[in-house]
Amino acid sequence: MSRPLAASRRGFLGLSAAGLAALATTAPARAQTIRSTARIVILGAGAGGTAFANRIARRLEGATITIVDGRKEHWYQPGFTLIAAGLKPASYSVSQTADWLPEGVNLIAEHAAAIDPVAKSVTTTGGTRLDYDYLIVATGLVLDWAAIEGFSTDLIGKEGISAHYHSPEAAAASFRALDAFTDKGGKALFGRPATEMKCAGAPLKITFLAEDMASRKGTRGKIDITYAAQNKTLFGVPIVSEKVRMLFGDRGIVPAYDHVLKAIDPGARLATYATPDGDTQLPYDFINIIPPQRAPQVVREAGLSWADKWTDQGWLEVDMKTLRHLRYPEIFAIGDVAGVPKGKTAASVKWHQPVVEDHLLAQIAGKEGTATFNGYTSCPLITRVGRAMLIEFDYNNNLVPSFPGIIPPLEELWISWLMKEVALKATYNAMLRGDA
Amino acid sequence: MKDLTLTTLIAVFEEMFGRTLFWALVAAAAIVTLLYLYVLIRDRAVSWRKFLLAQLSMPVGAVAAVWFVFTITRSGLRDIGGAIDVIVLLAIAAGGAVGAAILVYTAQSLISRPGTDQG
Repeated sequence: MSRPLAASRRGFLGLSAAGLAALATTAPARAQTIRSTARIVILGAGAGGTAFANRIARRLEGATITIVDGRKEHWYQPGFTLIAAGLKPASYSVSQTADWLPEGVNLIAEHAAAIDPVAKSVTTTGGTRLDYDYLIVATGLVLDWAAIEGFSTDLIGKEGISAHYHSPEAAAASFRALDAFTDKGGKALFGRPATEMKCAGAPLKITFLAEDMASRKGTRGKIDITYAAQNKTLFGVPIVSEKVRMLFGDRGIVPAYDHVLKAIDPGARLATYATPDGDTQLPYDFINIIPPQRAPQVVREAGLSWADKWTDQGWLEVDMKTLRHLRYPEIFAIGDVAGVPKGKTAASVKWHQPVVEDHLLAQIAGKEGTATFNGYTSCPLITRVGRAMLIEFDYNNNLVPSFPGIIPPLEELWISWLMKEVALKATYNAMLRGDA
Repeated sequence: MKDLTLTTLIAVFEEMFGRTLFWALVAAAAIVTLLYLYVLIRDRAVSWRKFLLAQLSMPVGAVAAVWFVFTITRSGLRDIGGAIDVIVLLAIAAGGAVGAAILVYTAQSLISRPGTDQG
């Protein structure tokens, strides 16, 4: 049996050419460039600063763009939980800061030592003075390890102590401690600080992953898991908090509400928590420590922080919709340092980009920007290896799913895991290059 | 995700596989597809004998595609949690099946001379 096809070789070639042409025309036109001699200083070459440098380097012709960061390594922080669960090596999160920066952007490999918002200048730890017309504060935050009495970062990976927020190496050491603990059994303590923190889902993820690891090893019966919550909830978004409470019930993870870690005694393996009824002690064989988090000293000393909010933390006083400083209109915040409710995540960093870009470039051109940020953030909340919940929400605790009706946010799904495992780092890297 | 455009998707895929590997894979898929169309037009007929073998390769392609995705993502059938997971799994299997069929059909057509086995 044969079926002649009414097509010719020439027709076929024509079809291929048409296909290629169609593909070529779907790429959107690049945004217009602006001529300017503005001096722009970006503090911090983490996710926020690097992505922003790449974006504005394309948009501005003739401007001087300087990025200040003393850290040689760039850390992909969303990978830390995966490293701490033994799913990825420490190298998964490490690249070089300089490799991500575009040509024409001047990297000063020092930290900022002082900011003078009145004189519009930044002084680096090496003593270089940088005058700016516009300042982007993307310093990130500092982890206040000293706030946990009895703890020292040398202890990470030893004596049942884990602290994967510290660094990729510490995350790998934390995995070794967790691996040894889940072999043997005992009491495990997880929890989060009372301050604002980066990725509020991460303490929950590592708790779920520890439970999963023990279940797979067949040692779950020998392990008690307690999650110390800083208030009466398990997550800042009420509907998500309730879901996590149910999952904890299902997995046999016991919540201890209103428990804020303040000290550990590594010898006696005792953790001290501040509670509304005074201090209380819990014994442990394994503990995961996430310390209080604050804006870097240089930002707090510059007088850029909120005076009446987060006074112990010092986040930058910015408009929550435009991320522009409320007192110095030539200063913007990107990322963790921004004094806005919620969203110290890479997902928020991604959404900060177009908003700050719009307002900065409009200001340079003598116009008003129009873009606004609604507080979007997202958390692929891993509930075990192979499943996650793709939780996305805004300032108002509304769930704002990217795929409504297709990927339900409060269900443990394989596809949400696939996104975290396969697509997230790629999306992050594309963001760093200014492409996403 | 904000502004999920074709450009963004391409950027993400380039990061996922590396720029060279990604475009090599795209080129390989495009070449196989073009060769498939080429042999169809060259022969001006579908050879049902070749198509039979191609069909037999479909389950192999389906299983291989699912196995590949499970392996690189450290997951398995027990992680399928909802309707969308089943749909994605079936789509991966279907993609593997169709890919294998096209590959096998095209390979046979290119190896054997045109018009020798029209049945």
